[in-house]
Formats: sequence, structure tokens, C-alpha cells
Amino acid sequence: MDVKLKLLRFNPETDTEAHFEEYTVEAEPMDRLLDVLHKVKWYQDGTLAMRRSCAHAICGSDAMVINGENALACKVLVKDLAQPITVEPIRGLPVIKDFVVDMEPFFAGYKAVKPWLITDPHEHEPARERIQSPEERAVFDDTTKCILCAACTTSCPIFWSDEGYVGPAAIVNAHRFIFDSRDSGARERLEILSQADGAFKCRTAFNCTAACPRGIKVTKAIQEVKRAALFGTV
Amino acid sequence: MATVEDIYRKHKPRAFKADRRPSRSEVWWWFFMRISGIILVFLVLIHLYVMHLVGEGVERVNFAFVAERWDNVGWKTFDWVLLVLALLHGSNGLRIIIDDYVRRDGVRTAIKGALYAVTTVLMIMGTAVIATFDPSLGS
Repeated sequence: MDVKLKLLRFNPETDTEAHFEEYTVEAEPMDRLLDVLHKVKWYQDGTLAMRRSCAHAICGSDAMVINGENALACKVLVKDLAQPITVEPIRGLPVIKDFVVDMEPFFAGYKAVKPWLITDPHEHEPARERIQSPEERAVFDDTTKCILCAACTTSCPIFWSDEGYVGPAAIVNAHRFIFDSRDSGARERLEILSQADGAFKCRTAFNCTAACPRGIKVTKAIQEVKRAALFGTV
Repeated sequence: MATVEDIYRKHKPRAFKADRRPSRSEVWWWFFMRISGIILVFLVLIHLYVMHLVGEGVERVNFAFVAERWDNVGWKTFDWVLLVLALLHGSNGLRIIIDDYVRRDGVRTAIKGALYAVTTVLMIMGTAVIATFDPSLGS
């Protein structure tokens, strides 16, 4: 079948503004959008810039705005998309070229919540692994699935308008450690997320939950973080 | 090597504005909005029913009606609580919208200043009317 594409192109060396360009490629209905974009890049227009790495929805490189919705190009099939398929870079981050955006502001929010294990300084270094029950693990299971693709954060209207907001992905990854029984950093993370640019900037628009290619209940996780910050209980 | 904080400062400068000290005020305002919202649902519906629907509705509201109503300390308290909660809930909501959408620092400060001024004036006026109301003025 022929697939019609409308791609939002931007070349910083020649363009002052992004503009749509149309392409038609031959594809199978079960092809992923990423395959179709590859056909454009490899056989029609080598200047098309995009990020992708594993191509199997786990590295989180190829989040794009596909027919108006944030998704991974490697996880949507051509047969499920209305034509012409419009593809734009994810919103709220500076565009470097075509679908490649500067992810640094996104990762700055991520790093701000200290997304690593913080152990109790008074605890002796354990000689064995830290034991955790299946019930303790289940509390934060959902938020361990994040692949940092930025689909949630760049679908958030608050993130679009306010560069200070840490964004849903950062809060999801804070949740992953705050509710981990082996971690002792909940207090400092909750303090960071209690500030004006933290979790309470969330207006529960639910765009993040709809956008997450991993099916994480992002808004629910943010609300759990808010509750923990309010009542001081984890 | 750039530290995490350097990167955060570069890309999220607003988060470090004046290196403000940690504050939990946003947490409490968020909680206040939930609680006041629930209470206001009942207060506003009762207000609407009593003032606008019973009898001839708002047509019957005159000085004598208010004087009789505010003879009761319960209704005075009701109206004052309604005033305080509605005013704080509404102006905090506007503050949040301004913070979300007004991106220029100077403009934002000016609009929020005006909002706080109007809120304060309305709060003082409303409280003064309820506290100093003199039914004998009507006779």
C-alpha cells in the first residue's frame, strides 16, 4: 500500500521556521511508522533527522507527535494511523533538527529528583542484597517501567508553558524511589517536589497518562507523590 | 565536569530564582483548595437556595430581610465563612492560572499584585459589613 506522510521539517542551517513536507512511500499495513520513516530517510531524503536506537519500544529514543498524539514511532503500526500521517517533534523542548529535540531540559528535571538509590547513612553496608517482599515491590512496580522517552512530559500543557516545571517523567521516577522500601531518600525528594515547580504544578490534565507508551498510570503516580508530600507518609 | 545542579541551573533557571528557601506553602494551598472546594459546594448550594429560590427569591431581599437574617449569629457566621472561603479559593485559583500562563516576570508580578490588592480590599470590606452591621439604621 502507499502511505502518505506529512513530516514537520526544520533545518537550522537554512530554515527560519518549521514547515510540512509530504512524502509517499510503499509500505505494508503491519509496518511500524519507524519503518516508513526509515524508507524516507534511506531511499528518498537522507537529510531527514530523527533519533531511534533499539526500534523495539524500550530505549525511548523515538517519541514523536504522530497524528497529534505523543507516541513512539517504533510502537505504532501504519494500519492504525489515519492518512496522511503527520509527524512532528515532541513539544516543549527546543528543536535541533526535524524530530531531534534538545532533551537536556527534560533530563534536568529528571536529575533534580535524585533518581538513584539513597541509602541510610547510619546503616551498615549490607553484606547481602537488600531483601524486599513482593508486596513492598508492588507499591512502585508501575513506575519502574519508565523508559525516559519524554512522551509524557512533552504532552503536559504545564510543561509547555512553564520551563520551570520538573514534568511528569521526573515525578514518576521520584515515585519509583520514594515508595521503594530499600530507599531512604523519600524525605529529600518530597521536599524538592513540594516546591512551586514540583508535583503541585500538576493540574491533572491526564495528557501524560494518555501519552505513556509503557502504560504507566502517570497521573495516579503524581497524585500518590502529592499525598505523600502532604501527609508525610510513604 | 558540570554537576547535576549546574545543568539544572542552566536549563531550569526559574527553579533557582533567588535560590529561594524551601517552602511547603504550595502543598498547603493545594490542600486548602481541595477542602475549601468541598465545603463551598454545600455553602454555595445552601446560599443559592435560601437567597434565590425560597419564596420570591432574590426579589424579596431588602434591608429588612438582611437585618432579620443577620439578627442570627449563625447566618452571620455562615455568610462570613462563605465570603472567606470563596474569596481565597477564587483568588488562589487565579494566582495559579497567572503563574501557569503569564510568562513575563514583570507582567506576572504586576497582575498578581493587583489580584492580591483586590482580594485584600474585598476581604476587609465584606468582613467590615458583616461585623459592623447595624440593623437600627433601617428604622
